[in-house]
Amino acid sequence: MSLLELKGVSKNFGGLKAVCQVSLNLEEGEILGIIGPNGAGKTTLFNTITGFYKPDDGEIRFEGENLIDLKPHQICQKGMVRTFQIVKPFLELTVLENVVIAALNRTKNVQEATSRALKTIEFTGLKDRTDTLATGLTLPHRKRLELARTLATEPKLLLLDEVMAGLTPTEVDDLIRLLKDVNQRGITVLLIEHVMRGVMALSKRVVALNYGEKIAEGPPEEVVRNPHVIEAYLGEEFGNAES
Amino acid sequence: MLKVKGIEVYYGDLQALRGVSLEVNQGEIVSIIGSNGAGKSTTLMTISGVLKPKRGDIQFDRDFIHQYSASKIVSLGIVQIPEGRQLFPTLTVVENLEMGSQFPKARKMRQETMAWVFKLFPRLEERRNQLAGTLSGGEQQMLAIGRGLMARPALLMLDEPSLGLSPILVKAIFDIIKEINQQGTTILLVEQNVFHSLNLSRRGYVLENGSIVLSGTGQELLRDQHIRQSYLGL
Repeated sequence: MSLLELKGVSKNFGGLKAVCQVSLNLEEGEILGIIGPNGAGKTTLFNTITGFYKPDDGEIRFEGENLIDLKPHQICQKGMVRTFQIVKPFLELTVLENVVIAALNRTKNVQEATSRALKTIEFTGLKDRTDTLATGLTLPHRKRLELARTLATEPKLLLLDEVMAGLTPTEVDDLIRLLKDVNQRGITVLLIEHVMRGVMALSKRVVALNYGEKIAEGPPEEVVRNPHVIEAYLGEEFGNAES
Repeated sequence: MLKVKGIEVYYGDLQALRGVSLEVNQGEIVSIIGSNGAGKSTTLMTISGVLKPKRGDIQFDRDFIHQYSASKIVSLGIVQIPEGRQLFPTLTVVENLEMGSQFPKARKMRQETMAWVFKLFPRLEERRNQLAGTLSGGEQQMLAIGRGLMARPALLMLDEPSLGLSPILVKAIFDIIKEINQQGTTILLVEQNVFHSLNLSRRGYVLENGSIVLSGTGQELLRDQHIRQSYLGL
């Protein structure tokens, strides 16, 4: 049984087919990358998987269970959690408070939530920022906070929406190392990303979307050589301008 | 054309720029690179007059502009395309473009400039009556650049124009920046995409912790060992 299974999932906005008959399987422990042009339907697919949108057609199963009628917080309790493209911490709360709130999703005991939060903060490299207000963090630290908040909910499956955007290549490399550690802990990862440096380093498999449909799927080295992917997404010069 | 000399900028007690100096000559593309929090956007916002330096001065052509208001600075010909686009989501493409040409000089040339913008970005003309909030990420970035051009800037400053764009669109945006420059607009560029921006630029500055630590031609910087390790991750 796959950890996550999508069968013929579609989502329309009026006459626009944002996601069209997408099927995919995600195995436990895997890192799967999703690439595709701006407007290809990647974030809509995330929103559909995590219950923010209801699909117009198709089935979504997490550990074999149909998720379609569950609310986002119920889906989170099942062990599936996502980050947002534009990071959304509570700006006027400290790093610790932000992560405690996420940990309270698993326990109602504040002391226990705090001790879990502190561990997560240390793991994500934010220890010396524990008492900093989220508003005072630099972008790479905000991205780490976003990650810490998701990890504090103790997910089985983590969905990451462009966590590498706006980072320099070196900052991207630091985040790649951290995400590898996350995956080592047994957390499965679904990754939407334009930063190909990150996609190539992390993904075991890559799915490419265009106009809501799957146009390629396979190991990353194969997908980046796919002519449809080059035409729609990467451009001819990809590889020379690796960055 | 632009001379920034020893500017120091604070957010409250926090010093963001520690004596930054840089120059941009007429017709150049110059980039500023640096990690997040180094002070790149702060530098652009200080040149734009959104932030005021505590020390140092900024000269544009003959004027010392560091105490001028942001709107006065735009009217002199310096325009900034902000990070994250900052469009008017409930206005159409054409209305957003018109918002960029409110000064008398730019207003007179509005039709002509809009035709030029549509020639650079045919996609925007196709979507001229669509609301900006419903455009895709790439189209929004095109609109943000187009709106900046509507003010007929002599110096165009771009803050991370490639943010969140697919590799093919990143390439397209950099090609457009080159074309805008070839048609006579001087460019000051802030980018995380260090490879593309240094490749495109005649000169570059490296900003770390609020100070310029290195400068040189784009090609020199691309070959520099520190840049390769710290910014290109090679």
